[in-house]
Amino acid sequence: MKNTIKQVFHSPKFVGGFVIFVAILLTMIIYPLFNPGNPLQQVSVGTFARPGTYVSLYDATKATSNTLRLPDADEKRVAASLSAEDRVAMVEYFTTMGIDISELDTEDTDALLQMWDDNYDPSVRPKGMTSAKVNYYKRLNTSLQDLKSGDTLVIAEEVDGELVESKKITTTDYVRTGAVANVKTLPLGTDNFGRDVLKELVSATGTSILIGLIAGVVATLIGLTFGLLAGYVGGFLDDFIMFITNIFTVIPGFVLLILITYSIGQEQRGAAVVATVIGLTGWTWTARSVRSQVISLRNRDHVNLSKLSGHSLIRIILTDILPYIASYVVMAFILQVSSGILAEAQLSMLGLGPQTTKVPTLGLMMNWAMLYSAHTNGSWWAYFPVILVITLISFSLNLMNTGLDQVFNPTLRD
Amino acid sequence: MNEPARVQKDFSNAPLCLSGKGVTKIFGFGDKKTVAVDHVDFEFHEGEFVSIVGESGSGKTTLSKMLLGLSNATEGEIFFQGKPRDIGSGHKKKEYWKGIQAIFQDPFSSFNTFQKIDTVLLDCINMRGGKGLSKEEKFNMMSEACHFVNLEFKELTNKYPFELSGGQMQRLMIARIFLLKPKILLADEPTSMVDACSRATILDMLLNLRDEIGMTVIFITHDIGLAYYISDTVYIMEHGKFVEYGKADEVILNPHAPYTKRLISDVPKIHEEWDLSTVDLKAE
Ligand SMILES: Nc1ncnc2c1ncn2[C@@H]1O[C@H](COP(=O)(O)OP(=O)(O)OP(=O)(O)O)[C@@H](O)[C@H]1O
Ligand SMILES: [Mg+2]
Repeated sequence: MKNTIKQVFHSPKFVGGFVIFVAILLTMIIYPLFNPGNPLQQVSVGTFARPGTYVSLYDATKATSNTLRLPDADEKRVAASLSAEDRVAMVEYFTTMGIDISELDTEDTDALLQMWDDNYDPSVRPKGMTSAKVNYYKRLNTSLQDLKSGDTLVIAEEVDGELVESKKITTTDYVRTGAVANVKTLPLGTDNFGRDVLKELVSATGTSILIGLIAGVVATLIGLTFGLLAGYVGGFLDDFIMFITNIFTVIPGFVLLILITYSIGQEQRGAAVVATVIGLTGWTWTARSVRSQVISLRNRDHVNLSKLSGHSLIRIILTDILPYIASYVVMAFILQVSSGILAEAQLSMLGLGPQTTKVPTLGLMMNWAMLYSAHTNGSWWAYFPVILVITLISFSLNLMNTGLDQVFNPTLRD
Repeated sequence: MNEPARVQKDFSNAPLCLSGKGVTKIFGFGDKKTVAVDHVDFEFHEGEFVSIVGESGSGKTTLSKMLLGLSNATEGEIFFQGKPRDIGSGHKKKEYWKGIQAIFQDPFSSFNTFQKIDTVLLDCINMRGGKGLSKEEKFNMMSEACHFVNLEFKELTNKYPFELSGGQMQRLMIARIFLLKPKILLADEPTSMVDACSRATILDMLLNLRDEIGMTVIFITHDIGLAYYISDTVYIMEHGKFVEYGKADEVILNPHAPYTKRLISDVPKIHEEWDLSTVDLKAE
């Protein structure tokens, strides 16, 4: 026994999978300690805030500032406020004016502005240009000049219905982030409800793994019991159990799953219920393979000896059969956990997952991202990390399984 | 092989213990059909030492599994103490197994590899009503049983079966019998991996148990010389059939079936000189 465990931990595949899985588990436990609170709380108004660090504008104006003179500050500011459309419009202007732009790099803000200053003439109206376009260029020019001049902003407070100047902000005023009372980092932004995606993801991973575990335990227990009884007792019981197993096999598991979860209804569908239903529909192949293994074991002489020693059926099954298939059952369990997590994800994407208001699950997060078209509006942070976590979990579990398989079935060793 | 080594008793009037009529076992069907045991009749008596002799694949193990009630006969009936044997229910099977024990042919597969060998011997003591005995008493009983088959229990305790040699396992199985003292013993080549010296003690033990408690021994072997030496009655099995049976000396000193004659002629004769003149040394 000790030896087997030692061997298992010498299998690089098992250890690889194990390390990934434990890392995921540890994150689930440790992260909430640093970022406590309800994972379903809405932190942003409006959907899909981009990932990044958010600094309170209000607190920033109140914080004491320092003056920093940074050589590239102006350039950066202009570059940031010059949109892609503006750049295209400027190039368009140059071409209508017949200026050679072969040397120009539109991403080089400095060069672009230089060329603009050299060539823009508000008094000239190029041939064929609409007046709307002409006005647009005028406005663009004004805002460009403003940006460069770096006007001072004035913060005014309302006192007795009148605006009173309270602070002036110049382009060289800087506030240390540490001095700002409210800074919030949202490493994965927010989702369609304005929830912190990372926090939600950590919580959802926990729920999904729990769902996988419950489903795995249910499926393995049923499959194991049925397989042991059918295989060992045989006869009528075997026929009966195999009949039920065949019924469950003929109806595709996922269809059955959809039907059952649909009939349960949204209100009753907690995470535990969904997990149990997944387990109830997924035990057939465990039962089948346990049965065939037991059939090959039941005529072995050590079982015969146990019978002759007057041992009871239960004792024979527990001590003479179960230990021989234990490694196999562990592997089946790991696969059941992995497929349970995937089944939850699939169900939730169809809108048949656990109740949406209580806990997040990986499947629900995918469902929400899809419903609010995160994939079409470029909010990758709302679904990509979820896919990554699902993939990682199922990869690590399958890797562990392959490792175990190689230890227990020496013929598979490479 | 001039004189029988021991006195052989006549059991034809002793009470019946196990008997069978037309017992048949067929494995598989269609092209893969194997008739392992083919309509055999037999009568084993209480206290009788019976040998079943036959070549590999002749159906000896298959027959013994049926006698033990571990597999069902395809055809025919087995009688227990003269009456049709009824082991239909689990309860009746358990009752039947209380009086019958076996030493299986392959000692390597006879043990549960997940249990220490102590469990096997302790089970025997418990079965014989020794559950309440003190640890020390149990230890002494196990030591005695092991001593009998030339093993040191102290060296074996807390070991797992795979830490033992084949011969050690086989002897441990025989130690079980010593503790259990069953009414019927089916021994399937019980000494195939044991050295000659231990073998003699073990066979003596079986004979003693037979004399002491009237144990019926059904001894399966392919060694007809050994069968002649120890048994009262011999059944010769060929391709699932009993081709000849009777008192050991009658069958072996005066064989009728050609198969028996062949079996006897194949026994190497230590005391005879090898006749090299019949061997053509130049042959390729
Ligand atoms: N479970 C089984 N399924 C199919 N065929 C079997 C089975 N067990 C035994 N047989 C066949 O039955 C025949 C008799 O086998 P058995 O084991 O009784 O021989 P045996 O006399 O004990 O031989 P050995 O001296 O080698 O142990 C063989 O041809 C064997 O192939
Ligand atoms: Mg055999």
